[in-house]
Amino acid sequence: MSETHPFTVESFYKFVTERKLMAAKCSKCGTLFLPPRPVCTKCLSTDFKWVELKGKGKLLSYTVIHVSPVQFQSMAPYTVGIVELEDGPHLPGMICGVDPEKIRVGMDLKVDFETSIASEWPLWPRYFFRPSFSFL
Amino acid sequence: MVHKPLVSIVSAGLSKFGRLEGMYGREIFAEAVKEAFERCPNLNPAKDIEALFVGHMGESYEHQGHTGPTLADWAGLLPKPSMRLESACASSGAALRTGIFAVLSGMHDIVMVGGVEKMTHRTTAEVTEFLAMASDFPFEQWQGITFPGLYALIATAHMHKYGTTEEQMALVAVKNHHNGALNPKAHMQKEVTLEKAMSSRVIAWPLKLYDCSLITDGASCLILTRPDLAKKFTDIPIQIIGSGQASDAIGLYEREELTTLKAGRLAGQEAYKMAGVKPKDLDVAEVHDCFTIAEIVAYEDLGLCKPGKGGSLVEEGATTLDGEIPVNTSGGLKSKGHPVGATGTAQAYEVYLQLTGQAERRQVSGAEIALSHNVGGSGATATVHIYRRG
Repeated sequence: MSETHPFTVESFYKFVTERKLMAAKCSKCGTLFLPPRPVCTKCLSTDFKWVELKGKGKLLSYTVIHVSPVQFQSMAPYTVGIVELEDGPHLPGMICGVDPEKIRVGMDLKVDFETSIASEWPLWPRYFFRPSFSFL
Repeated sequence: MVHKPLVSIVSAGLSKFGRLEGMYGREIFAEAVKEAFERCPNLNPAKDIEALFVGHMGESYEHQGHTGPTLADWAGLLPKPSMRLESACASSGAALRTGIFAVLSGMHDIVMVGGVEKMTHRTTAEVTEFLAMASDFPFEQWQGITFPGLYALIATAHMHKYGTTEEQMALVAVKNHHNGALNPKAHMQKEVTLEKAMSSRVIAWPLKLYDCSLITDGASCLILTRPDLAKKFTDIPIQIIGSGQASDAIGLYEREELTTLKAGRLAGQEAYKMAGVKPKDLDVAEVHDCFTIAEIVAYEDLGLCKPGKGGSLVEEGATTLDGEIPVNTSGGLKSKGHPVGATGTAQAYEVYLQLTGQAERRQVSGAEIALSHNVGGSGATATVHIYRRG
């Protein structure tokens, strides 16, 4: 996979198009990088492999954004948070499919993907988070 | 223990802060420079000042980059070398530190440092977008996270971990507006009540309008000299005795902890150690209150209180003008305003006024030791400086 996907942010978002949350693992020292990096900052190795993350985690913090940048104005207010993934890395993202009033620090979330807006760099498709329980 | 000064501040200037309609950044900078030169009649600027280091965050505001020579020209300093330092909201904190390097290296004896930003001619949405450029693009901006959003994430985490309240954050705004009302150069010279701050509209929950600093036009500058030359230019030089700076991950999400800015802690520790000063020795401090939660976190990071106790510190009144350690006597970024590139040296300007006894109605009596703390972005850069009178 590494021949077709260099260990870059652009590759990360290409995987998002395929509904995959991927991180780069250093083959030499084992450090897991999300965002991926082309050079390991621990051991300088450039030998990485892609690892697919489960994408489940707990919410570390969140906010509801009312005043947004120009390109997000049609979505405001929207909720974003930082999630501590079970796989290790922390990842920021929008939280969808739940009333902001019901969001709590520590709640379980899982990653999902919005690929319909897919286009070229730097306008990537997005990943987002939603509650990990199912709505019956 | 008295530590040797790194450099001396022999003069300082500050433009009016506010909505300065019809003025370009370079013209606002000229206003700050005029004050610094007039305060220092023994200085022959075009001859004596050997270099200019300026903080400026964004080309986007005025469609103008290459700020170093532009400002050198309007300051009357051509053909002296000039350069712009960009470290987001800590740009002029970085310019100040670079000026210290220039003098300490022996390359220059007398330099000007400063900063400028012209922001108010842009819409709030545009400024929101430009400021967001100081955060991580592919993971933060692309997820719609704004600057208030980043500090809101810090606030939510602080509330969750320590029980800090929205009311305690609002009290920072009440305090800083009280001080700003006493500062004739502040952008918003008016008091706000706790009720008004608490009921203002939500920008990024839990942060409301009065938790956010102001979008402001303004400029600031300082003249630095080798300490042994200072008495030629002023009877009361202000000595910079400590300087610290540190970096952290650009993405807030990559940091070890959300409730503290590690770069601010490390920069503070470095500056205290260099100065031989402890937090309890400070008489006055200007800290980076880009949002009210940022001032609470700064108290903790700079050792004014224990981690988690920042909310209580402001609630007890310890940081008011007549408190144990007055913080942001200028009104801070909250009330004086936050023209981002100008902020670091504008904080040093307030310190200069306080330590030379020229802060008028907001003077802290007998102030001798002071600190300034300037943060870039959501904490990827922090600079801390410590100053001593005479």
